[in-house]
Amino acid sequence: MPLARTHAVSLLGLRGAMVEIEADLSANLPGWLLIGLPDASLNEAKDRVRAAATNAGVELPNRRFTINLSPASLPKHGSSFDLGIAMAALGAAGEVEPASVERVVHLGELALDGRLRPTPGVLPSVLAAARAGFTIVMVPAGNAEEAELVPGIRVIAVASLRDAAIWHGGKYEPEVVEPILVPAPSVPPDEALDLADVIGNEDAIDAMLVAAAGGHHVFLLGPPGAGKTMLASRLPGLLPDLEPEAALEVSSIRSLSGLPVGRSLATRPPLESPHHTATAAALVGGGSSVIRPGAAARASHGVLFLDEAPEFSSAVLDALRQPLESGVISIHRANAVAHFPGRFQLVMAANPCPCGQYGARDSDCTCAPFARRRYLARISGPLLDRIDIQLRVPRITATQLRLAAGSHRMTTLEARAKVEDARAAARERLALTPWTQNSQVPGAWLRGPQARLGSETTASIDRALERGGITMRGYDRVLRVGWTLADLDGASTPTPEHIGRALYFRKAMAS
Amino acid sequence: MAAKDDLGRRGEAIAARHLVDSGLTVIDRNWRCRLGEIDLVARAGDETVFVEVKTRTSVAFGHPLAAITVQKLARLRRLAAAWCEAHPEVRGRIRIDAIGIIAPTHGLIEIEHLAGVF
Repeated sequence: MPLARTHAVSLLGLRGAMVEIEADLSANLPGWLLIGLPDASLNEAKDRVRAAATNAGVELPNRRFTINLSPASLPKHGSSFDLGIAMAALGAAGEVEPASVERVVHLGELALDGRLRPTPGVLPSVLAAARAGFTIVMVPAGNAEEAELVPGIRVIAVASLRDAAIWHGGKYEPEVVEPILVPAPSVPPDEALDLADVIGNEDAIDAMLVAAAGGHHVFLLGPPGAGKTMLASRLPGLLPDLEPEAALEVSSIRSLSGLPVGRSLATRPPLESPHHTATAAALVGGGSSVIRPGAAARASHGVLFLDEAPEFSSAVLDALRQPLESGVISIHRANAVAHFPGRFQLVMAANPCPCGQYGARDSDCTCAPFARRRYLARISGPLLDRIDIQLRVPRITATQLRLAAGSHRMTTLEARAKVEDARAAARERLALTPWTQNSQVPGAWLRGPQARLGSETTASIDRALERGGITMRGYDRVLRVGWTLADLDGASTPTPEHIGRALYFRKAMAS
Repeated sequence: MAAKDDLGRRGEAIAARHLVDSGLTVIDRNWRCRLGEIDLVARAGDETVFVEVKTRTSVAFGHPLAAITVQKLARLRRLAAAWCEAHPEVRGRIRIDAIGIIAPTHGLIEIEHLAGVF
């Protein structure tokens, strides 16, 4: 029977759906009919497949091929179906073993010379295939390392269509071709950023430590040159190595974004720092037919750093509220909804006013009070509400520089060890709850019988609340940071000093 | 006569022989009207078969069958109607076939016959 079928994966967000490719060969004038909701780039597959087959010396009969992609209602896009279509066609033509083609999942784009090009999104696709119960996946040689990161899957890496046909029992002479590889990652892992480079700003270093230990979001306010960017870029270094599940997710997002994945899963948390001209689609993801992840998804399990936060358009910033709340980025389109992981740690930095000098000791601000007020008001209240640590970062003085020169400064490795201990302590304390980090714990629980602190401990914030200095929500936030400070100190419960310090860590916007 | 016309004529002769060998009766060749030309008309049982023949000396510029386009077939369909009108004595269903011939100057001739392509 001139019919063969095989399998491929259609990605929607990080979730992959299995697609069955059926090829039928009929005695009619040569031609290709591709049905089952292909998009433009997938529709071009027929021309690529025909040219690639001819140039690879794998002859397809001059007949009509009808290729059906099932389920027909699922929109399919991209070029990774090329290999599957070619193999199904060869199976229908009897050039390769149809039974062999049917049990393999094929991923890969064809070049016109018959070689296979690496495609983005191979890692999440292979994961989807493994979850659907498939055990053999054929991928382009350039994606082999990435595909092999998925456990329990046999990966067949092929350099060309000819190699693929031979593997499936095609009677062709092997022909050695140079495989198309992905360019090696040009940027080496940035271990050069050390916390010890930060001089003078002891409070800010402390705040970074607390942020890393408790998973708290941070807002840094200070004049230009105070070292806000320097601090923020060192936060990923303080975070512990990624858990296996998180590493798989980070690597999958990288793969989907077309970034090189390398031969092992990402182990360090990512840092994303989008420019302030970024659109909502660039930040959270978007696109009409192909829904791509944005910077926030790429920063998942790592740090999303927004420098000059008030310069971002307020609609763009508010798009972050949903992922901050739920840890998931959902992008809705008329025909589909894509979900990306969105559990990042947010760090925002801002100048205190448009000229940047307000509050600096050595220079005068030239902004009108009105302009100053409006500048920070661009960061909406609901967004700021979700940020536990709000800190003023002053410029360091010459005296601080001289003093710091002699003293010991904490290195990133020392800090990371402290963070890991604090996180372990928090996990142990929260073992019977659904949370693992202090930043995730709701205020009601912290004030409830499980975690209530004595009135002498909370005296400072109780007074601030009475005076109207902080709101109830701010009160909860101080409690959370207080617990993290206690974890860092190895204390079983926060002391009045911890609470006092936590209160200090949210003074930036109040004053 | 140009070489291409010569090749076409040779191909049509080969095709006619092939049809006869497969048990059809060729009833008309190179029938012309103002719409164009039908290469071959044959009878298979009570069916009238209109045949488009395409001949090439090699596949260097693609298989001959790949050169039969939808537009060409549509014209053949209109021609078939015109032919039937001109020959009211011939009745029965109609069918459109395509024959691709690779006829190198020296060597083996390849014939591919596709029945009912339109």
